[in-house]
Amino acid sequence: MTQLPRRCAVMLAGTLGAVLVSTPPAAAQQQAPLPPGSPLIGQPDTDAAKRLAPIAPPPVPTAVDKLPLDKLKAPKGFTIEVYASGIDNARTLRLGDKGTVFVSGRLKDKVYAIVDKGGTREVKVIASGLHRPNGMVLHKGTLYIAEVSQISKIENVEDKLDNPPKPTVIFSDLPKDEAHGWKYLTVGPDEKLYFQVGAPCNICMPSERHAKIYRLNLDGSGLEVVATGIRQIVGMDWHPVSKQLYFTENQRDWLSEEIPEDKLNRVTQPGKDNFGFPYCHQGNIPDQEFGWGRSCDEFTKPVALLGPHSAPLGMRFYTGTMFPAAYRNQIIIARRGSWNRTTKTGGDLVLVTLKPDGTFKSMQPFVTGFIQNNNYVGRPVDVQVMKDGSLLVSDDYNGAVYRVSYGPQRAARR
Amino acid sequence: MRSLAIGVIVTGLAAPTLSAQPLEERLPTCLACHGESGTSQELETPSLGAQHPFYATVQLFMFRDKLRVSERMNETTEGLSDTELQRAADVISKLPPPQPVSDNPDATRMERGRALGEKYRCNFCHQRNYTGHENVPRIAGQREDYLLKSLRTYKDNSRYGYDAQMSEVVYPIKDEEFVELAYFLARLK
Repeated sequence: MTQLPRRCAVMLAGTLGAVLVSTPPAAAQQQAPLPPGSPLIGQPDTDAAKRLAPIAPPPVPTAVDKLPLDKLKAPKGFTIEVYASGIDNARTLRLGDKGTVFVSGRLKDKVYAIVDKGGTREVKVIASGLHRPNGMVLHKGTLYIAEVSQISKIENVEDKLDNPPKPTVIFSDLPKDEAHGWKYLTVGPDEKLYFQVGAPCNICMPSERHAKIYRLNLDGSGLEVVATGIRQIVGMDWHPVSKQLYFTENQRDWLSEEIPEDKLNRVTQPGKDNFGFPYCHQGNIPDQEFGWGRSCDEFTKPVALLGPHSAPLGMRFYTGTMFPAAYRNQIIIARRGSWNRTTKTGGDLVLVTLKPDGTFKSMQPFVTGFIQNNNYVGRPVDVQVMKDGSLLVSDDYNGAVYRVSYGPQRAARR
Repeated sequence: MRSLAIGVIVTGLAAPTLSAQPLEERLPTCLACHGESGTSQELETPSLGAQHPFYATVQLFMFRDKLRVSERMNETTEGLSDTELQRAADVISKLPPPQPVSDNPDATRMERGRALGEKYRCNFCHQRNYTGHENVPRIAGQREDYLLKSLRTYKDNSRYGYDAQMSEVVYPIKDEEFVELAYFLARLK
């Protein structure tokens, strides 16, 4: 044990009586009116301004009986139930070939496995001591984990759930920035790992290493730039037919309540696409500082605009057969919801449909209700299509995973 | 109360490993360094008076789970239960708010700090009087050296926040501006 500094130890002995009597003046929480001439007069102190701070999830998962299941709404014929609870900061979802669901997060240090044993589900910690292990993907039995500044793997992970080895690092030459440092990780049809290095700021001129999508061979070799000009990405998936990479991109804060809108993008020219950050936002608004002398026409246009500050994160093409045909090969996107906006927006799953050429056709609500009276009761982060065609949804605010199914079949409730 | 008093005597005599002690026996140790009246007199050790329980709870969780690195705090929180951490945060929140530095503040520097707080929108999340809100800490009247250390370690990515919001916020801020912000906040009445 570290010795306390002498001064603390002396105080400890001398001031005990004071500790015992001086505890509870609850009036401490009340704020005195500002004195005349205070430099603080004139600054925003409205309820609206108070709501403009990022909202942090509680540090413990919500008890299963307190989850906001009754608040969540889906179209007729769909059922929403709790799939698993008690998973700290549940964010990225992935499915193993043997049916194990893997869950990782941004605020804590762990990766979890949910093992379904015919109706009962067991949650196991399979890796810990990680630094924002938000990025995670499975490929041919191997689990790849992307932390802020390294990527590691556990081979044949589903055979080792009871005694998982420490992940083996395959790549660690990444910036260590905390801001937008958490990753999203996916494997392309070319069997390479794709991930982003976000901009380490709200708005800035990024370094050569930042604001890009990269790809790597599965052994960690052969780093290449796939796309540039991205601010931050927390969701990518591959079109099941065209095999093109689609991704959600979160745009800058503090420009306005209504702009810019967050984006759905598509890589059509790997190695060449530039999505505009920091010069151009939402495909048509030059930045007020960095946009001078540039044109939005220089950059790849978004496929769709997904709402101002709405924080679209996880996305998957729906490749199952359980949902109605209209969902097939269309995109379900989890919008975690805004903080930099007086009236919260997002906090839902949306269905984005595409035309046969891969361009935008429509966007409609799918699962709603995470915002109640302008407050969050939960925040959806990622989605995962299951083998039976149902859809899992993670909620990092409550540390839970929900299951959305369609049709008359009764799913086992937990 | 009784257990608290006993705990202190034990600590004073033998200084056993903290991780074996329940919260009530550790609290006097916490308050000895952080200031039992809410104001810390200890170098680079924050004042905790009237700190928001949400923020304090999150920090205590991070210390216990070693998501935020500080050898002394990692040891002090080791082995505490979730409810004990939440109780500790409640105790902290009921201490009186910290006393700002009581020298005769330089009006020019105060104005510079105030303007920087507006420029970088510190006054939105931390509120216009910097008393914070829920997960955003009270920083009015905080120790100047601790404010400066926090800003610098957010900037060099050696302090891990819960989310990474502060690292994003400090990205464009220069070190000389940190100095002015810390001066202003530490003296803010």
